Order: sequence, then structure tokens, then C-alpha cells
Amino acid sequence: MRMEKLCSSMSFYVLGLLYTTNEKIRQMKRPSLLLIALLIVLGGKAQDFLNQATVNGSFQIDAQLYRSDAAIGITDSSIAGRKIGVNGYGNIIYSLGNFKAGMRYEAMLTPMLGFDPMQEGSGFPYLWASYSTDFIDVTVGNFYEQFGNGLIFRSYEEWTLGYDNSMNGMRVLLNPSKGVRLKAVYGSQRFYWQKYERNNRGLVRGVDAEFSFNEILGSLEDSPLRIIVGASAVSRYQRDADPIYKLPENVGSMAGRINIGLGNFTLMTEYAHKINDPSALNNFIYKEGHALLTSLSYAQSGFGVVLQLKRVDNMGFKSDRAYVGNALDINFIPPINRTHAYSLTGKYPYATQPNGEMGMQLQIHYKIPKGSLLGGKYGTGIALNLSQVNDIARNPIHDTILIGQPGTMGYTSDFFKMSGDIFFRDLNIEIDKRFNSKLKGIFQYMNLLYDIATIEGHAGDPVVNAHIGLVDLTYRLSSRKAVRVEAQGLFTREDKGDWAAMMVEYTIAPKWFVALSDQYNYGHPEKDQRNHYYTASAGFTRNATRLALTYGRQAEGVVCVGGVCRQVPASSGLTITLTTNF
Amino acid sequence: MKQPKDRIGCLNNFKTLIFMIKKSFVFVLLLLLGSTVWAQESVLPKVTIKTLDGKNFNTSEIYNDGKPMILSFWALWCKPCQKELDAFMDNYEEWQEETDVKIFAVSIDDARSTARVAPMAKSKGWDFEILLDANGDFKRAMNVNLIPHTFLLDGNGKIVSQHTAYFEGAEYELYEKIKKLVGK
Repeated sequence: MRMEKLCSSMSFYVLGLLYTTNEKIRQMKRPSLLLIALLIVLGGKAQDFLNQATVNGSFQIDAQLYRSDAAIGITDSSIAGRKIGVNGYGNIIYSLGNFKAGMRYEAMLTPMLGFDPMQEGSGFPYLWASYSTDFIDVTVGNFYEQFGNGLIFRSYEEWTLGYDNSMNGMRVLLNPSKGVRLKAVYGSQRFYWQKYERNNRGLVRGVDAEFSFNEILGSLEDSPLRIIVGASAVSRYQRDADPIYKLPENVGSMAGRINIGLGNFTLMTEYAHKINDPSALNNFIYKEGHALLTSLSYAQSGFGVVLQLKRVDNMGFKSDRAYVGNALDINFIPPINRTHAYSLTGKYPYATQPNGEMGMQLQIHYKIPKGSLLGGKYGTGIALNLSQVNDIARNPIHDTILIGQPGTMGYTSDFFKMSGDIFFRDLNIEIDKRFNSKLKGIFQYMNLLYDIATIEGHAGDPVVNAHIGLVDLTYRLSSRKAVRVEAQGLFTREDKGDWAAMMVEYTIAPKWFVALSDQYNYGHPEKDQRNHYYTASAGFTRNATRLALTYGRQAEGVVCVGGVCRQVPASSGLTITLTTNF
Repeated sequence: MKQPKDRIGCLNNFKTLIFMIKKSFVFVLLLLLGSTVWAQESVLPKVTIKTLDGKNFNTSEIYNDGKPMILSFWALWCKPCQKELDAFMDNYEEWQEETDVKIFAVSIDDARSTARVAPMAKSKGWDFEILLDANGDFKRAMNVNLIPHTFLLDGNGKIVSQHTAYFEGAEYELYEKIKKLVGK
């Protein structure tokens, strides 16, 4: 509905009411205020003023009705007698010209299984207001921000995983001239529902500057050589109340980065350094930390290749040095391996080891052209990906001091040396092929090595070696109806043994889907644990509103069904997801 | 008899409303702002994200000479997103010829994969304007919860329609909407 219409009809309504409720009005203490309000509504200027305002937002509700399912370890005690878990979110953004304000309401009463019990609560954890022009952008309240690749600072959220380390404070962004961008942030970080109080956790302060030379020197705008450099500094203040150690109260970190592009090549490097920061995460050693992330890539139409390298040494950085859980991270050290999109290829996901790791990733994409022998009528896509992460090599600092002994410098480590211990290795190849106008498929093979003891903390468990294969076929029945079939197999002698998974999905674009799936852990070493995880789901999408229902047993992991992908915990029962956007 | 009854009910509500207005002038303003802005059509928010070259890019620069635009949020880990963009690519030439539509594909991959976006997208031959929203700033500003999430924008950047999820064939419905927008 157009603004003007609404405004004028409302004004008439209010005027009409003024007559009918004459007596009431006379009793008002401040009638002049009401008149001003009316003038604003009636005034043409006010209409322009209001015309520019917008409100948009989204709501999401995930609810699960649980049933106890002893076979997969869900008992009455693990659901704590609470038969229902609900995660609800509402996000509203109001904008008026250069002014914006927003909020997010969260209700996790009680949170769904797989979420930290600390999430239980409700309220507005995200409230902010900002003013921005082309030159300056100031935000007060909660905000998210990232410096460079995040090696020393990244504040972000991932609702579906229950992660949120938003800042509560102030942020200023400046664009003093073309190609120059400056940032400054300070505040405390969100810790579930616990409010910041003096000294209950640290404060985070940071600055960042980025210079794009081609834009600064306008004449180089179209040069094949592109150079962008950036630098940042972040410090955390936390009071030292330790009875034994003398700990640094201000922990500083610095990072520098450069991005060089030449034609189709891009080289990106970032190096970060942190002063000594004894913490529960590094077992209170006084060693300094550093991280290096480099990638070299080449991309042209039909072909692309990336090589990434990284080294991380003692780079955990939290705004509470005593905390080791999955919150309060000041920085983000990206794992450099492929994020998989199927349930079995994503069964063993890697997580960065902030205390030390050295890794590489190579990815090659090639599209065999249309009309060639292998390319066929439509061309064939091939993607090869290899990643491996090892531990770093550590040497004792002295014969009498153990590696990583608390209260010492910890260890020494040669920058270019890595340990023989492999945390993770993933070699996978994917072929993407269209056979005719109706049938297309994705075929993937993956070879995995996964140090479950280190990554998931299952001390003593042997390293998982697995072969995984999958086929994903889509057949278009008509221009709007399609059937998709997914078959996967995971073969390993370790952990829970072999798995097979199957899914059939029927979609009617753009609104409906139904799907049936089963994951069968047929190779579990213990016979009574050879479970089926069967689900039936259906959903309806209308514009940006989506309602999906899933019934059955859900194995933990990535689930891509009904046209979207989500990370889900293990559960049994009925899951309802409603999301809408306006 | 029904009509007057309803009107009395309505008036009673408004009497209560007037009573509340007395209490606070601010409330009046908020109410007016609130009730009017809900009726507004959206325009694109201003957020700084990156181009594939690593340059800063202000989302208010998403523009196509007054012609319609498609804005699609995707990620490397999202197969339905890639299927949707592949389907757009299959039809892009024809769509552009007929409607001059331009596609902006915003990757929400974070620092773990931003370096892999360009080689992947280019090898696929995606001829779209590809942007990197590594910390989800644009995603949040657009209230995107699930991907794929695709917006159809008119020549002024106003949202004409939006949808989440991709099902085979959904691109035809979208194209009908684009054609309607340009009056074909």
C-alpha cells in the first residue's frame, strides 16, 4: 500500500475521532502535543520524511517435539523431561535515511537438543542504532565486524549453530578518501545471557586500516596489477586476579595483510602476531602466538585453481582467559578444507586447532567444454580438492621443562617444521554432469583421515580412515516437477563403522516438496547399535515464507533437503521450521 | 445490525488508544512511524562488502541502469544454491536479451572459503556480478536466514519479490515475474 494513502486515511480517522471523543480530549493535560503529532501526520514534509522510512525483518522458529529413543541415546533424562525444544528469533531493522536501528529477539525456551544449555533464556541480545554517510558510519549497541580474514578479530553469528559473539559497544567506520577504509571498535562480547559487569570478562578494543592503491591512485583503476594492503591491531583488557601467575592484563595482537592481483592471478597473505597470553586454552604458557594464512589462486572461464597454506601456533584468543568453551572468541582462524554439502561427506568435519597446526589445501576446478568427447552436449564439471592439516613440531625449551608446562614459555617451534601427526586429510573428487535436458547428476568420491581423538576430544580413539562415495541424480519430470535421488556410502573400520544413506525427494516448483530418507549405520561394531535414522519431511515455500516438517530420527550433521541446507543435531521426533521474511 | 456493532468495537479500541496517547507523546510518534512504515516497499540497505578482487563494494551501488535485477545469496557448501545459479546461467543470455536483467550473486562463505569462490564461480562460467559477504553483514541487513534466498529487484532497487529454497524449474516462475516487471 502506498504511504500517502495510508497517511491521509489515518489522519482523517484521527480527526474523526477527535470530534467523537471531544470530551476526552478536553480532559487531556497536553493537548498541544497531540496537535503537533497531527501536524506531523498532515504536513507534506512529514510525508516525505516518513516516505523514506522502511522496516524489514525476519522471523524464524525451530521447534522439536521429542520422543525418547533409547536406541540412539536419547532418553528421558537427556531431554530432561522437557518434551519440546524451541528456538525462536525475530529480527527487525528500521531505516530512515542515514539512520538505522535494529534488534533481534531470541527465545530459547528450552533450547533444542544439541545447543548449549547456557542458551536457555529470552530477550534482546542484539540491539543497535547507526548513522552512516559515505564518509562515516557510527554504530552503538551490538554489532558484528571482521578485520581482514579474522585472524585477530571477528565478531559474527550463526544462529542455526547457536554461535554468537556479537560485540556490545561502539564501532566507527571511516572512508576518508577513495580507496581508504578505517575501522575502530570497542566493547565487550556476548556470553550467552550473562550481562557484562566490571571484570567478569575482558574488554576488546581494535583498529583496522585498509588501502586499495588502485583506487587511491585513480589512474591505475584499470591496471591489471591490483594491490590492497591492510593492517589491524586488537587488544583485550582483563584484570589479573590469578593467585599464582602474574598475567598480562592488556594482551595486544597485530596483523598485516596484502592482496595482490595480476590479471587472473590473486595472491592473498595475512600474518598475525599476539603477545604472550597465558590462558586455560593454552594451559597457561607464556609463549607468543602467531598465525599465517596464504592463498594463491588463478581463475579464468572454465578453469580455476587455488593453493592455500596456513600455520597456526598458540593463537587461541578469547575475551575471558579462563574460558575454554565454544564462545567468547575474539578471533577466527579459518579451517582451510572443503565444507561438504552431503550428510555422509560432512559426517567428520574439521575444526581448527588454535594451539597449533600446519595445513594446506589445493583445489582445482575444470569444466570440460561443451561438444568435446568427455564434455558431451552440455559440458562436464570436475572439481578436485586435497587438504591436509598436521600438528606443528614442538621442542622443549629446557631439558627439565616439559613441553607446554604451565607457567613456562611452553615450547619452541620451528616455523617451517611440522609434526608427523596428521589431524585431518581429505582428498575428494567431484564430477558434475548433465546427461540430457532432463537428467543431471553429481558424483563424488572422498578419502578421509580424521584424528577423532584430537578434533572431537575422544581421547584414545583410533584415527578414522574412511572412503565415502555418493551419487546425486535429479530428473525433471516436467518444467516444474522433479525427482531427486541421493545415495551415499561411508566405509570405515573405525568409530561407528559403515554407513549407507539414501534419499528421495519430489519437488513441485516453486512451492512444494516431500522427501524420504534413511541413514543406516549397518557396520556399527556393536550389533545393537546398527540403527536406522529414517525421516519423512514435507514443506511449503511461498515467496520468503517456508514451513517444513520432519518426522523421524535425525542423525547429526549437514542436512540439505527441501532446497536448503542446515546443520542439525541428532534428534528423534517431530521438527518444525518456520521462517518468514518481510 | 452487524455493522454498527463492529464500529462501536472499533471506536472503543480507539478510545483506549487516545487514552494511551495522553500518556506519552513519544508513543504517538512511534505508532505513526510504525504503522506507516509497514506499508513501505523496501530499498537496498547500504553495507560495505567485497568484490572478487578484494575491493570494498557498497551495496547501494547494486544498480542496472533502471533495469530489473536478481540478487541471490549462496555459498560453496550449498548445493541447491549452485543448482539455482546454474539454472540462471543456462537461461541468462535469453533473459538478458529479452529483459536486460542483471544477476548479482552474493557468496556468504566466510574466510575459510572466500579464496575458493572466484576459481569455482569462474570455472562454472557464471557470468554474474559476484560479491563476497564474508561476515554476513549484507545477509543480516537483508534478513536472509536460509540460503538460497533470491530477491527480484526493480530498476530502483526496490524488492518486488523474494523466495527461499530452490526447486528444479523455479527459474521459469521467476522469469515470468521479470517479464511482467519490464512490461512484456
